[in-house]
Amino acid sequence: MLFQDVFSKWPMILHGVWLTIALSFVAIALGLVLATAMTALRSLAGSWAGYVVDAYVELMRNTPFLVQLFMIFFGLPQIGIRLNGLEASMLAMTLNLAAYATEIIRAGVDSIHKSQIEAGLALAMTKWQVLKHVVLQPAFARVWPALSSQFVLMMLASSICSFVSVQELSGTAAIIEQDTFRSFETYIVVTVLYLVLALSFKLFLNWLGRKLFPQVSGLARLTEAHGEAA
Amino acid sequence: MQTFGWPEALFILRSAGWTLALTAIAFFIGSILGGAFAIMRLSRVRWLRRFAAGYILVIQSIPVLMVLFMSYYGLSALGIELPPFLAASASLSIYVSAYLAEIWRGSIESVPRQQWEASASLAHTTAQTYRHVILPQAIRISLPPTVGFLVQLVKNTSIVQVVGFVDLMRAGMLVNNATYQAFQIFTLVGAIYFAICFPLSRLSRHLEKVMNASRSH
Repeated sequence: MLFQDVFSKWPMILHGVWLTIALSFVAIALGLVLATAMTALRSLAGSWAGYVVDAYVELMRNTPFLVQLFMIFFGLPQIGIRLNGLEASMLAMTLNLAAYATEIIRAGVDSIHKSQIEAGLALAMTKWQVLKHVVLQPAFARVWPALSSQFVLMMLASSICSFVSVQELSGTAAIIEQDTFRSFETYIVVTVLYLVLALSFKLFLNWLGRKLFPQVSGLARLTEAHGEAA
Repeated sequence: MQTFGWPEALFILRSAGWTLALTAIAFFIGSILGGAFAIMRLSRVRWLRRFAAGYILVIQSIPVLMVLFMSYYGLSALGIELPPFLAASASLSIYVSAYLAEIWRGSIESVPRQQWEASASLAHTTAQTYRHVILPQAIRISLPPTVGFLVQLVKNTSIVQVVGFVDLMRAGMLVNNATYQAFQIFTLVGAIYFAICFPLSRLSRHLEKVMNASRSH
């Protein structure tokens, strides 16, 4: 096995890693905003908005990411919207993640008891204040673990973007393989890098969850400890 | 230039059969492997437990695409040439095994500990405990997430087109290369995936409701 051929391409590999991280972060940030908006729309606006959001979520969750990506990359130009591989990937990842995140956040919002909202309103909080402090924050805190694993899955799924010739990590692998003919070594190196990325992502998201929701994670630890003792 | 018409649509529809076949094979082999890993993960032998945990962690932390590349391009570089269908089934089975192992481990663990104790007090062996006491309950608990995972599997079979295997996705791409009517073609391809996945999603949700109802009594 000759790993040095692969390692000699390290600037390319590094760029691939960077692009995978960048794509994932953009998709996570935009996807979360979109998902929050859709969840709010679903609960605040009339029922027709709810149906539209539900239909969107079901459509995205029950079709492959690759089909969605191809629809955007190959299908949209037909109606005059031309995106390059990177833009198409970003859009597809954002739309896909938004659907999954909506479903997860909805579960969190549903777990907020109605009396909490009534209590918030009784304290003369505005509708928006209640939405932010009483509904969304605790809801996010509760579903953060589920969201985190969805984020990691999205990062792994970004490998599919190499099909529209985006030079993220797995796209880089294909090019290095063609240059060096060391396919086994190339894929071993790239797979190990994905492993490292996924594990660091998990650790980072856990840390972020503790930072963002300190009270709740403290509470969770308490109940966990209590549960073990019982 | 060829246009997208009935023959092309029928070709795509027929290729959906290969997607279903691949799903069935990957699910069958993956569930045997996954069951073994789930039980190893709960074994009393420490190295078995660690081996299974490591396997699950690694497979869940790398893209399925990499498993596929390794078993197709990687192995062929080492002189082992797998035909596309075999490489696709093998890598999807590995993917399925890791996720099912984790789902089923959770299901087995959620059977109350007293059931194990009761079974032990009846002088059951470990195998008998699993066979007569734990698995019948664990399988019920595991049904909704397992069916839910099946949806993920159907969707993930779409990536095997990269090794040249003609499944639903590949058929769509072939027709697209000939006709350039991507919008219509991928709408059809997406609709077929949806027709397979949506009923499964609903079934998973329905099972979840049924199971919760029986447990809340």
